[in-house]
Formats: sequence, structure tokens, C-alpha cells
Amino acid sequence: MIEIQNLSGSLGEFCLRNIDLTVQDGEYMVLLGPTGAGKTVLIEYMVGMYRQREGVILVDGEDITPLYTEERNIAYVPQDYALFPNLSVAGNIAYGLEAKRHPKKEITRITEEILDALGIGHLRHRMPLNLSGGEKQRVALGRALATRPKVVLLDEPLSALDENLRAQMSRELRDLQQSSKATFVHVCHNFEEASAVADRIAIMNNGFLVQVGTLEEVKAQPKNEFVARFLKTQNIFPAVADGTKVLVNGIQLEKKSSTRGDMVMAIRPEKLRIHPDNEAGGLNAFRGTIVEAIPRPHFIEYTVDVGLKLTVFQIAEREYRVGDAVTVQVPAEHIALVEKV
Amino acid sequence: MTRKEPFLWVSVSCAIVALTFILLPLVEMLTAPSLAMLGETLKDRAVLRSIWLSIYTAAAAAGISFVIGTPLAYLLARCQFRGKRLVEGIIDLPIVIPHPVVGIAILSVAGRNHWLGQFMSELGIRVMGSVTGIITVLTFVGMPFYVNALKSGIEAISPRLENVSRSLGAPMGSTFLRVTFPLARRSILIGLIMCCARAISEFGAVVVVAYHPMIAPVLIFERFEGYGLKYSQPVAVWLVLVCLTLFLILRVLTLPGKKAA
Repeated sequence: MIEIQNLSGSLGEFCLRNIDLTVQDGEYMVLLGPTGAGKTVLIEYMVGMYRQREGVILVDGEDITPLYTEERNIAYVPQDYALFPNLSVAGNIAYGLEAKRHPKKEITRITEEILDALGIGHLRHRMPLNLSGGEKQRVALGRALATRPKVVLLDEPLSALDENLRAQMSRELRDLQQSSKATFVHVCHNFEEASAVADRIAIMNNGFLVQVGTLEEVKAQPKNEFVARFLKTQNIFPAVADGTKVLVNGIQLEKKSSTRGDMVMAIRPEKLRIHPDNEAGGLNAFRGTIVEAIPRPHFIEYTVDVGLKLTVFQIAEREYRVGDAVTVQVPAEHIALVEKV
Repeated sequence: MTRKEPFLWVSVSCAIVALTFILLPLVEMLTAPSLAMLGETLKDRAVLRSIWLSIYTAAAAAGISFVIGTPLAYLLARCQFRGKRLVEGIIDLPIVIPHPVVGIAILSVAGRNHWLGQFMSELGIRVMGSVTGIITVLTFVGMPFYVNALKSGIEAISPRLENVSRSLGAPMGSTFLRVTFPLARRSILIGLIMCCARAISEFGAVVVVAYHPMIAPVLIFERFEGYGLKYSQPVAVWLVLVCLTLFLILRVLTLPGKKAA
């Protein structure tokens, strides 16, 4: 288990502030945030590249902050994979085992096992410069896993790959994590990428850790407007809450829980339902007109004007056209009221 | 007919002038002595001794620069510390100081009036008029070229490679030897060539510290002073030919290998 407690540090003008994060054994944690949020810096602190101003990092209860990088047993895969260009694929994978002075026979055995497991046995004599992006990534992962580390830190591992390969490699990363039983911390700025691999996500912004939780938790109840926007919650409006009532642009909605004050209302577009004009009614049902309909690969993205322009993702069970009169149902349990940023 | 850019014409003209400026005197010097004269010169033991001494002392200076300069170059390439610019300036000093001044500066420290000179004298180390003195001078003038070339080479190697190596369990020293050093191989060789080239051409500082034993540039100067241009040219030609051959061999060694390409 990794426990980061009150970690603060500065690098030039950038500051990492009071980070508290716990990653369970064998968990796949994704650090998510926009560019410049401090995700990479956080894993660089974990790997031991810088000394923190305050705070500690514990791995299985042991404070690793006084240890050198090589003593931490934390493998690190940087964004560009950083394969050693002077070593072959097999040489790269065996590197950590040689550095830790494993017996030669064992080095050969483990290297072969990893080459086979990753399906790159045919590349064993190739030099890194002659590998494709996906092959490089496999070699970098193999090199990181060869020494059986407790923790693997991945800095934007899929960013250099094209979209098709990214989906495939996401699955492979997840499988590798489960078979190796190591704790993975994966940095990315892409919500879809995080959804494909993460057990939990930790959202960072401006050097702060903003929210930690499972994808469903964070999507259902974002901590503030920044998280809601970052997770592509498209229906975000200034709102005034008064108990279970929420007033948005003159429209009143009912919510399950009770809150008061000026806030921001966030509703995920996939949680809204469109019904034909005469088929729905009741709580939070609003009549409106379809103003835009964009077909997406697995759903249609509608914009419905109900006095607010609501975005609705709906599977094409029934298709509506621009100008159709419809009713939009807003489920009370999916209305999130969050802090303004 | 395609129009030519006037700037291109100016550039080409300047390039021709520059190349002529470099090549004309060298070609003139290389072609001046007859083959018979060159053959005769090669039988002269003093000439052979001086060329060998030049090569040997320059190689020794490069060796010393390699041992002392490699960690220094690594430090400058990888570490940020207060006073780094000052250290870099100090390393560049031998490049800008007039050569006889270098000789005088070394004698000021290595002479009997200085505690270091006295201490060295007690150890039996003589700098004035000795091979040790020549190597000292050549290291002084050649090392900045090695350090600067290697520093640039190490800076071009991604520090991420070193970070990854350490995260895989290799300590800093082992990381340097297994990752940085092999990747900086070309820069090391280029630095050594530059250090050697600078050392082998040194005259002004050596002539102050050690006129004897004579390195080739000092012998050429002596022949010129004593017998004139005609007698100094063949020695100069042999020195140029030997140096060119050595540097060509080293240059071939520094070409990027197929693996890295």
C-alpha cells in the first residue's frame, strides 16, 4: 500500500501542495488532470527524483522518502518510455535484473518469460530505435515488471499511440496489472483512458489533489465545478439551492438531498432521458424542443431547449429530429450540486 | 533560367574566400619540399623524436583530461548549483589566456618559490624543462576542449534514461557506467580528438616551460630560426601528415555505428 501524507514540494515556480493519497495493494490508480496539474511531478516525487519540502511517502508502512531511487523498488515508465538505445530489447528487459545482480540463469529465464508474456519474443535482438510505438511500450513495461516491483508508475503511457492501439494497450495494461499483482499508478489527462483501466481515479489541478474515488463516485458527485467540467459533464449551470429545490435560470428542479446557497448544478448527459411530448410527466419533466441532433458512434447527442439548453446522450432506440417537441426527464438522484470554482 | 538569390551568391563567394584562406598556405607548405627532402628529414632522429614526443605528450594530456574531466563534465551537464557559471568560466579560461602567459602561470606554481613547486621538487617531480612539464602544459590547454565537448554530449542524453536506470535498481555510479558513458562514447572520442589536436599544436606555453626536450612545434620553430623556411618546411609537413592520419583514424572511430543509426 502506498500512503502519501501531506506531501508538498516546489520545482521552480510549480508547487505541489499538501497531497494526501492512499493507493491500496494491487490497485490500479489513475492520476487525472489537465496539463500542468502536477501529476507527473507527483510520480517523480514518488520515484525519488526530488526531495519534498514536507510530508512523507510510505510503501507498506515504510517511509521511503529518505531512500535513493534505486532503493525504493518502484519501477517508473516515463512518457517517452526511455528505452536504453544502446541495448537490445532483451538487454533492456534484463537491465534491472543485472543491476540487482541476479544470477545469470535467472536473468535469462525471467527475460524469456517476459518476452513471451508480452508477445515480443521475436523482437529480442532488435534495437529500440527500430521499434514501433506499441512495441516500445511493451518493452518498457516488460523492463519495469522484470524486477517484480511493488509499485509501477506509468507517466502517460498511451499518449504516443494511435487511437486503435490505445484501446488495445489499455486492455493489456489492465491485464498486466492483474497478472503481476503490482500496484499501478498511471498518469493521464484523458478521461476515456482513465475509465478503461482505473479502479479509482485521483483528480489533480494546480498542484492540489481535488478528489479521489471510483469513476462512478466521481462522475455522480463531482467535488466542484472544475471536476465536473473536466469529466465532461456538459450540463453545468449556476444554481440556487433551497433545501431540496434547485432554481436554475427560472426553472425549478427537485433534488433528493437538501442543500442551500449559490452553487453549480451538474447533470451528466447520459443520465437524462428524452420522451415523446405526450408520454412523460411528473417530477423534473420539462417540455422543450430538439435544437440539435448529432449522431455519435454509440448514441445520438441531442441538445434540447427547455428554457435551458440541455445536452442528452441517448441510444438511438427512437430517433428525434430537430424541431420535435419532446419532454426531458431529469432524474432527481442524478442532479449534483457542486462548489463554484 | 532560374534566378539565383543574391544572398546565396554572397555566401558562396565568402565560403570560397574562407576555404582559399585556409587551404592555400597549407597546400603551398605541403607541396614545397621535394620527396627526396622529405625522405632525408625522416632519417633525422631529432625530427622523429620530436614528433613522437608531441604525439606521446598530447595523448597523455588527453588521458589525464579523460580521467579528471569526465566526472567534471558530468557534474556540469547534470547538476544545477550556485556558482555553476563561474565554474564554467574557469574551465574556459585556458582557451582565452595568451599561450606564453599559460607557461608563465604554470611556472609560477611549479617553481621553487611556490610551496607546491617545493613540495613537487621534494617528491622528485620536475616541471621546468621536462616531459612532465610539457604534459602539464598540454593538459592545461587541452582539457577545456574535452570537458566542453563531453558536457554537450551528456546534456544531449535524456536524464530520463538515468532516472529509469536508477528506478530499476542501478545506483548512480553504475547508471553512469552502463547508460551515460556508452551513450556519450562519441562525445568522449570527439572531446579526446579536440584535446589532442589542441595539445599537439601548442607552442607558446611549452616553449616557456620546456624548450627541451623538444616537441615538434618547438623543433620547427628552431629550424626556422636557425636555417630558414626551407629547412623547417619538411618537419612541418611530416607533423601535419602524422597528425592528419591519426585524427582521420580517430574520426572514423567516432562515426555513428550501425546499431545506433
